[in-house]
Amino acid sequence: MTSQRLWIGSRKGLIEMARGAQGWRVSKTHFLGEPVSMLLPDARDGKLYASLSTGHFGTKLWVSDQRNERWRELAAPAFPEKPANSPDPLVWALHSIWALEAGGADQPQRLWAGTLPGGLFCSDDRGASWQLVRSLWDHPARLEWGGGGYDFPGIHSVCVDPNHSARLTVAISTGGVWRSDDSGETWRLSAKGMTATYMPPELAHSEVHQDAHRVVQSPKDRSVFWCQHHNEMTVSHDGCASWQKLQVPLADFGFTVAAHPHDAATAWFVPAQKDERRVPVDLALCVLRTRDGGKTFQQLRTGLPQEACYDLIYRHALAVDESGNTLAMASTTGGLWISEDGGDTWSAPLVRLPPVACVRFG
Amino acid sequence: MPTLIFTSQLQRFLPAPEVQVDADTLKQALAAVFADNALLQAYVLDERGQLRKHVEIFTDGKRVKDRVGLSDPLCADSKVYVLQALSGG
Repeated sequence: MTSQRLWIGSRKGLIEMARGAQGWRVSKTHFLGEPVSMLLPDARDGKLYASLSTGHFGTKLWVSDQRNERWRELAAPAFPEKPANSPDPLVWALHSIWALEAGGADQPQRLWAGTLPGGLFCSDDRGASWQLVRSLWDHPARLEWGGGGYDFPGIHSVCVDPNHSARLTVAISTGGVWRSDDSGETWRLSAKGMTATYMPPELAHSEVHQDAHRVVQSPKDRSVFWCQHHNEMTVSHDGCASWQKLQVPLADFGFTVAAHPHDAATAWFVPAQKDERRVPVDLALCVLRTRDGGKTFQQLRTGLPQEACYDLIYRHALAVDESGNTLAMASTTGGLWISEDGGDTWSAPLVRLPPVACVRFG
Repeated sequence: MPTLIFTSQLQRFLPAPEVQVDADTLKQALAAVFADNALLQAYVLDERGQLRKHVEIFTDGKRVKDRVGLSDPLCADSKVYVLQALSGG
């Protein structure tokens, strides 16, 4: 089904856009002035969750009613007290929510939250209370995680297997990819095949040092995962047991990737000039699309700025709707582009946005 | 002698070639490098002589432990990588 509404989590609030006869227009701004770091339109009941990173008063989590007219504050995830003898150099305090996902169809009350610093939290009462997943937090390898984009590690991707909700995949900047088959009771590193060119050679293939910028699971084929890594784009066809580097045009660097909802061979990336520059390649915005499982890529540029463009698309700022045809992406400098034909052509709605952290249809 | 290898990210600002120096600690090794390349010091250390927040150093595959005093010991065939930490952005 083609989406009629787009949610944008921005530096200045939660922006609601609706599709109308004149195209996409802003219909309302919720939490005007507050940075919205993450949002979740919950398809199970039509409610919307929004995480606010308030400037002075900490991270907050709110939920709307089905009509998105009334909002109510929920509990935010909270870390336990750090033991005095802990070797962990991190401060055990919530900085922000970096991932928010619904549990499986058989878990109507469950929510998952990934945070900065790198905690995974679970709620079984739709956000009224949260429990830190200690099995991952207390895993000895967590002490090897490092900062990636922030001064401390964070969990930005939580994938719940659509056919088996106990199977979880999380990705960390920087701490590799981790999988659990038992709702988070036990975990295993699953980043084999990734290469970290930013590490000393002897650690380049160390799974825990991989900076997976974003990991998404194909809704169509649960064994297929796509990853935009710090220095490569990769795909797994075996449920993250192994990853293969993709041969892509333009650049290996980027932050985001989206998987087609009905076609496991189709995915979109937004490449950028690597590391020291972090701008679109040649200052021209381009989306890469594969339709054959990553063997080949098309460079999609029609309707995107092709000169003097400094826009970066962050991890959660590219989304595809249920139809697989409508895509939206928004940038660090407030650009917004929407495609209605799978990325072949793009248009820029008449809106000037604040910096954008995340976009989602729903 | 220990070998120091600097991230290629520094090359756009100034030369930072691979170098071998006679040193027993990380602090001595860096001091020896900076003696011949004074500008490089301010890219790696701040004005207090401490490792910059978003610079990472690995010695023989281990992340540096003493970011303030740089007292991590080196051996004759140590390899020291001075890198750009990903935490910087």
